Amino acid sequence: MTRRLIRILLSAALFAAGLLVKEPPALRLFLLLGAYALAGWDVLWYAVHHLINGQVFDENLLMSIATVGAIAIGEYPEATAVMLFYQVGELFQSYAVDRSRRSIAELMDLRPEEALLLSDGRPVSVSPEEVQPGQLILVRPGDRIPLDGVVRDGGSSLDTAALTGEAMPRDAGVGDAVLSGAINLTAPLTIEVSAPYGESTVARILDLVENASNRKSQSETFITRFSAVYTPVVVILAALLAAVPPLLFGQPFQPWLYRALQFLVVSCPCALVVSIPLSFFGGIGGAGRQGILVKGSNYLEALAQADQVVFDKTGTLTQGVFAVTRVMPRGMSREELLRLAAHAEAHSAHPIAQSLRAAWGQAIDFKRVTDVQETGGRGLQAMVDGRPVLAGNAAWMAENGLTPEAAEAAGTLIHIAADGRYAGSILIADQVKPQAAQAVQALHAIGVRRIAMLTGDSEAAARLTAKQIGIDEVHHSLLPQDKVALVDGMLAQKARGKLCFVGDGINDAPVLARADVGVAMGGLGSGAAIEAADIVLMDDNPMKLPLAIRIARKTLRIAQQNAVFAIGVKVVVLALSALGYASLWSAVFADVGVTALAVLNALRTLRKTV
Amino acid sequence: MTIKKTYALQNLGCAACAAKMEKKIGALDGVQACTVNFMTSRLIIEGEEAQLPRIAQAAGRIVRRIEPQASVKL
Repeated sequence: MTRRLIRILLSAALFAAGLLVKEPPALRLFLLLGAYALAGWDVLWYAVHHLINGQVFDENLLMSIATVGAIAIGEYPEATAVMLFYQVGELFQSYAVDRSRRSIAELMDLRPEEALLLSDGRPVSVSPEEVQPGQLILVRPGDRIPLDGVVRDGGSSLDTAALTGEAMPRDAGVGDAVLSGAINLTAPLTIEVSAPYGESTVARILDLVENASNRKSQSETFITRFSAVYTPVVVILAALLAAVPPLLFGQPFQPWLYRALQFLVVSCPCALVVSIPLSFFGGIGGAGRQGILVKGSNYLEALAQADQVVFDKTGTLTQGVFAVTRVMPRGMSREELLRLAAHAEAHSAHPIAQSLRAAWGQAIDFKRVTDVQETGGRGLQAMVDGRPVLAGNAAWMAENGLTPEAAEAAGTLIHIAADGRYAGSILIADQVKPQAAQAVQALHAIGVRRIAMLTGDSEAAARLTAKQIGIDEVHHSLLPQDKVALVDGMLAQKARGKLCFVGDGINDAPVLARADVGVAMGGLGSGAAIEAADIVLMDDNPMKLPLAIRIARKTLRIAQQNAVFAIGVKVVVLALSALGYASLWSAVFADVGVTALAVLNALRTLRKTV
Repeated sequence: MTIKKTYALQNLGCAACAAKMEKKIGALDGVQACTVNFMTSRLIIEGEEAQLPRIAQAAGRIVRRIEPQASVKL
């Protein structure tokens, strides 16, 4: 690039000298043509090459004909200026394209170079592709985790920003699943690999981003078709312009030829062809930086038009993890009730027991728990500190001659009794994600007119969640096929906008595929949902959906600006040229100048602020 | 068997040319689908596995013909 710059500067110096030196004419001609040759020798060479290969509508050839034509009619300064200007534009354009390519490359700088395979306890450097699931690898602090796996030894914090856009480091300890692409920050980790490299998160993300621009949006398809017609039409018009007025109407030949040459310069379609795909590419890259993976330009386009959003509840709007949400003790302290419940359920692996123990939060003393008897589907009884404790559902209490307090609850209610007396209840429920309500508000604010929630859960649970989040339309107690039928119905009803479905579970995959835009939660979501989805939110944060829509709209806006600007300037300059009001200079601007401006505009899509 | 293969393109400089390459290579015998991704400088050919070496050769010629300074890295 520097060599090109030097060439342009030298040529510009010769050109300036040529403009200043009026006498003798031979010297002036020499300087101007020297500048022309220096600026344009490669363009001329490519033009010959293309002519031999029958590529008539190549921009080098068009530019060469235009400038050689200008020389032929004695417009030396013009010819040189056009070539010079063209080269400056090309330089500018390749700089801009290069920069955006680099930004994307940075984004994709996730590829792990090596994995440290532990064989007989010693780390050996191998390529990540060679590591098999089940093998142990060592990840030192500062290294990128090369393969998905589970921590077997060590504890550290991980920087997952490249995967999720989330700046806060995440803690990882023994037993935690970790994703490839995250950076280990503080201490060495030994990881048991759970998937081969090809199926690892990092490989899947790279594949997604690299192939994203292969699925073209409507605007890209339009512009490709448009430019395929545009160039031949303008070239034919140029030929007519040069031939018809002088031959049929006896007009002077030279001015019309000059106008035709302007047409040739404007006929290059590059501004159109490069700027719109570049906008989408930038939009996809910019979204990727925020942990939003978009699988194709067409989905970005559809997302920009989304006016209906349908959420799955569990795992999408809620955490998908059960936790104690309410403790209602009767005749004992809250602490005491939790302690008894946690100990009574000390040996159970049931998610409910796990959340009880988590709510208690202290170490369980197993010696204090004896004589545990479980009655499937109802509850259990155990001796805690020598006291008889019952834990279970309302039926279990009734069976033991106790009257539990009735309570309407969204979730699972565990009743506890101690020493033969009713001691209260504990509510265990899925928790709403902290950003869910905000996300729904933000969606309304950007003009999404219909927001609905679908769930397989009971009516009470569904209504409570919907109220907490602020969603009016709720469909509950749905089987997977009901979800498909419902979304099909909405798709059939919709007028103009697009329907976006956000889900996470395996049973959501058919709906994800059905909707105009399927959005999957990437961290929690199952592999099937991520495969079926068009857009993946890597950090499971529902706030990323309104952000994604804003990025999509901005991208589309920039692509449209570019299309209108590029086509508009070209048409105006063509009209002015035909009437004789334009010069070759303005024609060059309509070509490379517009391209450069459009590329710069497209680069805005990469920026973080929306 | 049909497989998908990705090749790196070097010195790909013009988007209009990339579109032309895509069209020409896509029309080659034995090619089912072809994408030239200007931004990532990648050529992706989907075609009959046994024929791919021949296709890649032909693709290389097309690329050079459309843009003399560009080449397919095999």
